Amino acid sequence: MSDQATIDRAGLDELIAILSRRGHEVVGPTVRDGAIVYDEISGCDALPAGWTDEQDGGSYRLRRRDDEALFGYAVGPQSWKRFLHPPELTLWRARRGADGELEVSEEPPEAPSYAFIGVRSCELHAIAIQDRVLMEGAFPDPFYRARREGAFVVAVNCTVAGGTCFCVSMETGPKADSGYDLALTEVIDESGHYFVCEAGSERGAEVLAELPRGEAGPEALAAAEAGVARAAASQGRTMETEGIKELLYDNLDHPRWDEVSERCLTCGNCTMVCPTCFCTTVEDTSDLAGETAERTRQWDSCFTLDFSYVHGGSVRSTPKSRYRQWMTHKLATWIDQFGTSGCVGCGRCITWCPVAIDITEEVAAIRADAVD
Amino acid sequence: MPMRSIEDLVGELPTFAGLSPAQRELIAGCGSNRVFEAGEHLAREGDAADAFFVIRHGRVALELAAPAKGPLMISTLGEGAVVGWSWLFPPHRWSFDARALEQTRVVAFDGACLRGKCDADHELGYELMQRFAAVMLDRLQATRLQLLDVYGGPAGE
Amino acid sequence: MSAAGPMTPRPFRVVSRRQETEDTWTLALEPVGGGAASTFGPGQFNPGQFNPGQFNPGQFNMIYAFGVGEVPISISGDPGGEGPLEHTVRAVGPVSAAICRAEPGTQLGVRGPFGSSWPLASATGRHAVIVAGGIGLAPLRPALLGALAERERLAGLVLLCGGRSPSQLLYREQLEAWRDDPRLELGVTVDSAEPGWLGNVGVVTTLIGAAPFDPANAVAFIVGPEVMMRFTVDALLDRGMDPADVHVSIERNMKCAVTQCGRCQLGPTFACREGAVMSYAAIEPFFRVREL
Repeated sequence: MSDQATIDRAGLDELIAILSRRGHEVVGPTVRDGAIVYDEISGCDALPAGWTDEQDGGSYRLRRRDDEALFGYAVGPQSWKRFLHPPELTLWRARRGADGELEVSEEPPEAPSYAFIGVRSCELHAIAIQDRVLMEGAFPDPFYRARREGAFVVAVNCTVAGGTCFCVSMETGPKADSGYDLALTEVIDESGHYFVCEAGSERGAEVLAELPRGEAGPEALAAAEAGVARAAASQGRTMETEGIKELLYDNLDHPRWDEVSERCLTCGNCTMVCPTCFCTTVEDTSDLAGETAERTRQWDSCFTLDFSYVHGGSVRSTPKSRYRQWMTHKLATWIDQFGTSGCVGCGRCITWCPVAIDITEEVAAIRADAVD
Repeated sequence: MPMRSIEDLVGELPTFAGLSPAQRELIAGCGSNRVFEAGEHLAREGDAADAFFVIRHGRVALELAAPAKGPLMISTLGEGAVVGWSWLFPPHRWSFDARALEQTRVVAFDGACLRGKCDADHELGYELMQRFAAVMLDRLQATRLQLLDVYGGPAGE
Repeated sequence: MSAAGPMTPRPFRVVSRRQETEDTWTLALEPVGGGAASTFGPGQFNPGQFNPGQFNPGQFNMIYAFGVGEVPISISGDPGGEGPLEHTVRAVGPVSAAICRAEPGTQLGVRGPFGSSWPLASATGRHAVIVAGGIGLAPLRPALLGALAERERLAGLVLLCGGRSPSQLLYREQLEAWRDDPRLELGVTVDSAEPGWLGNVGVVTTLIGAAPFDPANAVAFIVGPEVMMRFTVDALLDRGMDPADVHVSIERNMKCAVTQCGRCQLGPTFACREGAVMSYAAIEPFFRVREL
């Protein structure tokens, strides 16, 4: 890549300031309520300096590092979908006139122009997956598009792998390969604390040119590469993806589904934290006088009974059928629908499941004992 | 229209497909042509079931009489259908009324006659048992579906 | 016309309302402001694809009752016709009940048409066998009208209708007319008779064995409750039809109809796009898995 440089913490502050001056609402990771979440940030002071996360099935804790790394952790409970595909959105409002005329006025799909700081490679893939789902069909979602098109993306290459990460298995990281304007790799060693910065787009290169920066020499590049390699070598989980679509299609009645359903609470946490889950519901409401109405769209989950309701009952009435729906959609039918897996190996569903159901373990269990 | 023998008719009925000519002759020996006019009963509930019919043309309704309600129609049978199997099993009584809904031509079979021939020729008996079992299976499946009331009543029922 | 998003309904006016049975009405709708112009600007959506007034048999619209909600309703009218858009609706919940209550003059919101359509083109030179259970006759009616209009192209046309009882049969006047129409063979049966009924009694599958068509040269279109469709498919396959020539209609929960709410999935299929009409061969591995 041609546009490479090194920047330091001050340079990162300047980057955030420049993006803000350009009219972006800058969003990045910050510590709140014992977790690393995404929120508006005004500078490096808001970043989780010196924090790392310990993740395992059903478990998430923050722990102090012995350095001041700004990105020394994996991913938290949220993903960028809460900005691009908001949990709640008003689609339109309607009025009923005195003569019964129906007047529908759309909510303008205006949105802040975001700048995302700290987007991991798995998250870049997740965004690309949602781009395909929400923008590449016959009816692109104008609300998603408005938020997506303006967004400036500053990616971060992971140098630490999370306890539930398996991006290497899913071929979605740890190194970001596309979909960003700038990508940072944090280096902390004897030579100092800096970021190797790479432009991935014209406007990324423009912004990079405005930053106080140094040369990205061979030692810096090697240190960055080594960091990424460390993340790749220390993944918390693995998933064998060879033939996974056929495996799940052929095993829709496997006894493992009964087994996992004894543990699954159908709480839907996995669908809330998953960066690619996109399912929604729609709510139509009106005022008491019956003169104005509106339609809102909200995140929903395939784990609810309402999700598959037809004619007085739910098609998927049992937890078994709902867990099976979620997992087979994520790993199998998604491939037929959209050309890629729906899973990016971020591990959130494993970490945030209250009973520690592990999607990689479920796949392995079915594989071990599959019907061919 | 040239008169066809009962044996020819038996050969044409899907119910008796696959029987040997000798077996067909045995069966035909117990059969005769009959016509029922619209409204005429082929059988009445409770009567001795000494006959069964195979519909060549027309429609027959199976019904049950209910006090003050008029006959309750359970199902209708059309061309090719077998009407009646109680001739095969004790106590040999019709469970339903069978009434022609329009002019109906049948081949009527004397049940007692045919039972006698089956007692004498178990192979013939086996062949007929198989065919009637298949008919009953079909009817049972269809009846079960009918019981399910899949279309549902008006909303709320 | 402004370029409306795919979730925005377009106002249509109820032109006529006819009661079919105790809980089913047929409404005819026309666009407020007249014309069949597309709701969407050129280049944003394919204008031909999002015009409720131009539809293929088997497609559906999302119909919105002000302040109550929106549900998918099959278009039940004549695809070649110029008149208002017909929908036969059964009142099974608050939204459909509100739609059924809409008197002429009421404005409803419409989005569509969506979904796949009956492959009438594949019926050239073959027998078309249409099997309708209950309100399933509504989404099949456009296919039947289309087939009647091009009858010379087909080798034969059979319509088999099943219903709960005589008073719950749809389009009874038309059924009477079709009984005497030489262009099609009509079979009607009810699960349970009422006094005075002179027709058949029994499930609709009982009509299949004797129906006049060549199973080696036929296409079948089936709509009804899922149980009825399963047994009808079995009866047709038993008669020798090819599963690729048997088409059913998948019913699933729908909120968006644009493959974005995720609710209408059956395996990899989105019922709002690859369905509702699907060939049995395509859907069979998923159709038979319980609670998929």
